[in-house]
Amino acid sequence: MNREDFPLLKNDIIYFDNSATSLKPKCVIDKMNDYYSNYSANAHRGDYDLSFKVDQEYENTREIVKNYINAEYLEEIIFTSGTTESLNMIASGFFGNLLEAGDEILITTSEHASNILPWFRLANKLGVKVNYIPLDDNYYVTLDNIKKMVKANTKLISLAGITNVIGDLRPIKEITKFAHQNNIFVVVDAAQMIPHEKVDVKDLDVDFLAFSGHKICGPTGIGVLYGKLELLEHLEPINLGGGMNESFDSPEQTYLKPLPTRLEAGTQNIAGVIGLGEAIKYIDKIGIEKIKQYEHELRKYLIDKLLKIKHIDIINLESDSGIVAFNVNNIFSQDVAYYLNKYNICVRAGNHCAKILKSSVGVTNTVRVSLYFYNTYEEIDNLIELLSDYDKILREMI
Amino acid sequence: MDEELKKEIIMENYMHPTNKKRIDNKGYIKVNTANASCIDNIDIYIKINNNIIEDVAFDGEACAISISSTSIMINNLIGKTLSEAQNYIKNFYNMCDGKEYDENILGEGVVYSNIYKQGNRKSCATLPYKGLEKVILENLK
Repeated sequence: MNREDFPLLKNDIIYFDNSATSLKPKCVIDKMNDYYSNYSANAHRGDYDLSFKVDQEYENTREIVKNYINAEYLEEIIFTSGTTESLNMIASGFFGNLLEAGDEILITTSEHASNILPWFRLANKLGVKVNYIPLDDNYYVTLDNIKKMVKANTKLISLAGITNVIGDLRPIKEITKFAHQNNIFVVVDAAQMIPHEKVDVKDLDVDFLAFSGHKICGPTGIGVLYGKLELLEHLEPINLGGGMNESFDSPEQTYLKPLPTRLEAGTQNIAGVIGLGEAIKYIDKIGIEKIKQYEHELRKYLIDKLLKIKHIDIINLESDSGIVAFNVNNIFSQDVAYYLNKYNICVRAGNHCAKILKSSVGVTNTVRVSLYFYNTYEEIDNLIELLSDYDKILREMI
Repeated sequence: MDEELKKEIIMENYMHPTNKKRIDNKGYIKVNTANASCIDNIDIYIKINNNIIEDVAFDGEACAISISSTSIMINNLIGKTLSEAQNYIKNFYNMCDGKEYDENILGEGVVYSNIYKQGNRKSCATLPYKGLEKVILENLK
């Protein structure tokens, strides 16, 4: 679908590393070029027309994001450098001031490092406990398993909406309903969810949510932190500085601006914000449901073909996104990736930043193919042909 | 050395690497070496006596280039003095950087003579030497 929109695809490259980052359509590149070429002033400083236009475009993206994820207020949308920064802000700025020694945070072993390490920091600093919700046989999270884990001291459940190794979609709506009945906060790492699923923060009723622009055809270095307004009001800014203060005469007399500006200190990634707005408009125009359906058909096609190759073990037969993780018998995943690279096929090898998942899956490293809507059946045929010939892999992997 | 023979030596050392075993003996110094940019991760066990590398073994997970390079390193450096090993490593690095090197002292190490053309694999070939080098430097103090 829509391959003609992506300049990079003209280079005869088969790009299967979409969970790492997505390609950028021309409209996003043009939109950012337009900012740099024609109105590259600073935002929120508008005493002249150029700067006023920057403000308009910048705030327009906030509106686009708000509508796209169905937030209640514009003030609930904070621009960050990406999911990682958003999650760190939530952990340190909100939960760092709220949790006490002995409180429990529940995560899973299949989380990305960005949804583990900020909580480990709180564990080390505050003496809170980080525990793991057990995964079922398909490495999925079930509400039953959550119910079994929750105790009186459980204060927070922090989960990826979709994971980056298995690609499983978590039942977030059921989880938040149960969690809120038990006074537990829910944080969602939506980095892998936003490109593949409808995210409606009101319907999901999540307390905080984080995502990155670059996985949804937007630029790198830009992301979003969503929080319910009454909670965000209590999120302490990690960065203090320009743009976010109202006035300051002395340490005692320092006044900060209201949300969202308070949490966006310093000159922001303006081109990134503007590009993100364009990317979301682009995705929305195609339609996330249409993208999802196509991806699922494509993934099924890939799985069916891989299943016929006897020297391949598939780690995740089931998945709710375009992720397929597998290994070629007795060949290190990186050697497989290197072999495919010789044919201009980009796949990822490794543990995909989910280092503690290996304790659950029992496999340290995998080859990961992650699909997006611009991938094609022909590209998969190419991949399958190369993977089918075991001797060829052995011959050409070095 | 022709390219097919190089490939054969690499594959042979990958499939049947020398001394791939974990060692829990106090006489051995253990050093971990890992590539920041990829997933190669090995432990190297080194026994040094009177400035001579008496034994080297390794264990861990890594790609074909890293494993074979470790095996070839072991084949070449057991029995060498620390300064001979240093000289070997210096020449090996030079080869991997596309600089001048003395191929006569590298033995089968020359199978990676073209690796400098493959930026993403250079660190795989040099991985075991990074670990060994650390231990040599500490023992020369």
